[in-house]
Amino acid sequence: MGQRILLNAVEINIILHRLACQLVENHTDFKNTVIIGIQPRGVFLAERIIKILQEEYGITDLNYGHLDITFYRDDFRRGEKPLEANKTKIDFIVEDKKVVFIDDVLYTGRSIRAALTAVQSFGRPAEIELLSFIDRRFSRHLPIQPDYNGRQVDAINEEKVIVNWKENDGEDVVYLVSK
Amino acid sequence: MSELSVDHLLGIKYLNEKDIELIFKTADHFKEVINRPIKKVPSLRDITIANLFFENSTRTRLSFELAEKRLSADVVNFSAASSSVKKGETLIDTVNNILSMKVDMVVMRHPNPGAGIFLSRHVKASIINAGDGAHEHPTQALLDSYSIRERLGEVAGKKVVIVGDILHSRVALSNIFALKLQGAEVKVCGPKTLLPKHIESLGVSVETDLKKALEWCDVANMLRVQNERMDISYFPSTREYAQQFQLNKRMLESLNKEIVIMHPGPINRGVEITSDVADAENAIILDQVQNGVAVRMAVIYLLASKINR
Repeated sequence: MGQRILLNAVEINIILHRLACQLVENHTDFKNTVIIGIQPRGVFLAERIIKILQEEYGITDLNYGHLDITFYRDDFRRGEKPLEANKTKIDFIVEDKKVVFIDDVLYTGRSIRAALTAVQSFGRPAEIELLSFIDRRFSRHLPIQPDYNGRQVDAINEEKVIVNWKENDGEDVVYLVSK
Repeated sequence: MSELSVDHLLGIKYLNEKDIELIFKTADHFKEVINRPIKKVPSLRDITIANLFFENSTRTRLSFELAEKRLSADVVNFSAASSSVKKGETLIDTVNNILSMKVDMVVMRHPNPGAGIFLSRHVKASIINAGDGAHEHPTQALLDSYSIRERLGEVAGKKVVIVGDILHSRVALSNIFALKLQGAEVKVCGPKTLLPKHIESLGVSVETDLKKALEWCDVANMLRVQNERMDISYFPSTREYAQQFQLNKRMLESLNKEIVIMHPGPINRGVEITSDVADAENAIILDQVQNGVAVRMAVIYLLASKINR
């Protein structure tokens, strides 16, 4: 099993700032925007971006939640292992709001499909955008594309992209792992 | 480990501590779901569940049906009163007929102890026991412990007294198993005639003085006197039972501490518990009912994930 570094901490930091900047460009003061991190790994990315928005753009009044999609997945009873849920914390209604989904890796698009269904339990959003840190293009099963994209990666199906965050995994780094 | 050790929920007796922990963790997620504006998840779209009730029930039946529907399962209901059971069909035949219509899971209440266990050996479906005679009522015990955990933080180390008709109560037996498994101390309290012989062998202590039992406990679980299961008289009169074993305001105020009050329902107001106590702030009777849906969702979800496709 080999692994190589796709992005190091410096590159990750530059991308995070660019993504935050692009969000500000489209959402200005975030008055009508809500940010939703997709559990489990999208939450770290969402919190990083929110930190930049708060510290560098002075956006403090931000609606932020995290959404668990386990009960909305389309592979219940199809996998080897049972699906384990994470916490959903959305203490606002998304009705008529602009929603930004944040997830670390966009691969088949099935998680985002589930998230699109799941978020409807909290109202009918005005629109939904997707921010992904790594876009594994060419491996999509569904017609889903990101609106904001950290880095596009051409990985074959046997390979895996792993995004590590300092606060959870000890370092900021993106690996491409081949079996 | 995120999988139950069992394929059916026949009784608490067959569960281990990890199973209970997993059920509660999953129930936490479902409790959040049922408090959303849209209280439904699509997880069990391809599962069909039959609710077979060979004995009356309001709460349990509604609770199971709501839990199933909130998981998006297809639900068929069956009650013995309006069925071919009256025409002499056997239990296995009834259930196999239902299963041949492609049902994946059976929730069953039956007046005979062990009916669920018997069924699980003879039919191909996941069975959930919703009460079998005076034997077990596992989901009730789970939701009771879940409610204690929610109110007091944890179950381990807590002192729980179960008061009333222990002899005929499946709730009492399942509760004893569940509470002991989680490390709580359990006492049973009631008239001697309604306490089974050798109940101490389950690791519980016995008390016939309600006041002493309440002084000892953190939680009091008040049970209903099950007149429908009594073929002989176990106490002289309802009035005398109430005099000795009723939880009322005067009794509560005479204690030098606050206790949590539970009741599995249906309540006979004025017999085992008075209205002012049942509706008091430290009574969690309606929380138990709400938690029942979340806990049953968790049990159904976890068992459904073990059904082979």
